[in-house]
Amino acid sequence: MKQNLDTIVEIRDLHFSRGTRVIFDGIDIDVKRGKVTAVMGPSGSGKTTLLRLIGGQLLPDSGIIKVEGENIPTLSRVQLYKVRRWIGMLFQSGALFTDLTVFENVAFPLREHTQLPESMIYDLVLMKLQAVGLRGARELMPSQLSGGMARRVALARALALDPLLIMFDEPFAGQDPITMGVLVKLIRLLNDSLGMTTIIVSHDVQETLTIADYVYVIADGRVIGQGTPKTLMESATGWVKQFIQGLPDGPVPFHYPAQDYARDLLGERVGENV
Amino acid sequence: MIVRRIQALGRSGLAFVQDAGHTSLFLFNSLVGRPDFIHGTERLIKQLYFVGVLSLLIITLSGLFIGMVLALQGYTTLVKFGAEQALGQLIALSLVRELGPVVGALLFAGRAGSALTAEIGLMKSSEQLSSMEMMGVDPLKRVIAPRFWAGQIAMPVLSLIFTAVAILGGYMVGVEWLGVDSGAFWANMQAAVDFDTDVVNGIIKSIVFGTVVTWIAVYQGIECEPTAEGIGRATTRTVVYSSLATLGLDFFLTAVMFGDT
Repeated sequence: MKQNLDTIVEIRDLHFSRGTRVIFDGIDIDVKRGKVTAVMGPSGSGKTTLLRLIGGQLLPDSGIIKVEGENIPTLSRVQLYKVRRWIGMLFQSGALFTDLTVFENVAFPLREHTQLPESMIYDLVLMKLQAVGLRGARELMPSQLSGGMARRVALARALALDPLLIMFDEPFAGQDPITMGVLVKLIRLLNDSLGMTTIIVSHDVQETLTIADYVYVIADGRVIGQGTPKTLMESATGWVKQFIQGLPDGPVPFHYPAQDYARDLLGERVGENV
Repeated sequence: MIVRRIQALGRSGLAFVQDAGHTSLFLFNSLVGRPDFIHGTERLIKQLYFVGVLSLLIITLSGLFIGMVLALQGYTTLVKFGAEQALGQLIALSLVRELGPVVGALLFAGRAGSALTAEIGLMKSSEQLSSMEMMGVDPLKRVIAPRFWAGQIAMPVLSLIFTAVAILGGYMVGVEWLGVDSGAFWANMQAAVDFDTDVVNGIIKSIVFGTVVTWIAVYQGIECEPTAEGIGRATTRTVVYSSLATLGLDFFLTAVMFGDT
């Protein structure tokens, strides 16, 4: 397959299942260089799994996952670790190393992958921390940070090696409005100013739609809607509309499947001889 | 009925072989590769502190009490035959050959092994290991290898300290308290304990136990279910498996080392 220079991540006919449960049933996704691409879907639709597949932490049943032309599932362990150096990933929990200070957390990838002198590491770490507004917190331990601060430190750490691609796993989940605003601003700003490509998986519709250039909506293992946020808002129908607008009832029913309500009340319990 | 039993036997046999292969591969991947002496030494020293130095208190205290009890029990039996002069020999031989490595390993499993499993399990559940992987750093080499080597080095040293302190405890009770002759205590010990057969074999035992206990601990940590309950269960498994493996291997090693004498 010829590599498309505009596309940094190219996913074709991806199949993945856990046991008997099918997570992805043939999805195609393109992530354009320099853009913020969002993958949205309800909880349990496999959004985080998708990021782990792109990062090579999981192997698909079949399909192609190309990052900068490298087909991730076919790479050897050594090659995979090399490719990961230019992918940054921000985990939902932040995943900071709890035995290291904020400074050392951000310095970690630099110390591991470069031979830079200590003075340069110091400057680089301060620059990354300055970018996320936490230069003053460099001596703190992760346990002393709030959830939002931890995520920003994790962001600084993910930026340490100036990755080509940065992936965010639910960056807005459980954040207060101010932190959410800070994160939204940071993600967009860093993507544009550092010339990176960003993938966000999230189910926070409003925040995600404000920063995304292109959106994929996945459910039941398939891409069921895609487009720019504007077109999605205007043209969505059925399931996608329910999801984007957050309607309580629609193609996804409010009620978990159950037998007839009246019969249930009359005591005809399922599986019991009443 | 019989077919089903045979099937179950086959299944558990296959699972065992698979597990054995998996753990061996895990250890191989952790330890084989280009060594990084500068950072590696730094990490090793840090782990030696956690695994070794922090275990010192429990090891010395337990050693002291075990030595004291041995002297007390040995004396009450030996004195019936007028052989209390052999107390030093009794204490030293049982400690150097058996109690030092075995009790040392059991305490090590309880103190350091469980801590290793819980620490690695928690790193796994808080996605620290995943994030390391995604940064292009292999957690097997960065997290597992230094802990494994630290356990390997610390265990024989702890076991030697345990033995030395226990002999001192035995001396305190036997000589200072019960009145065994000090000269006879040390002279008999020196005459009876052979460096090559007793001390070296004891050290070999503790190296084997150190390897097995640390291996079980780090493997249980990395393979645990990443939940609070899963980490709890993995920690318990570390202590149980390590203790059983230590006692089972001890019998095997004793049979090989001392079986024909």
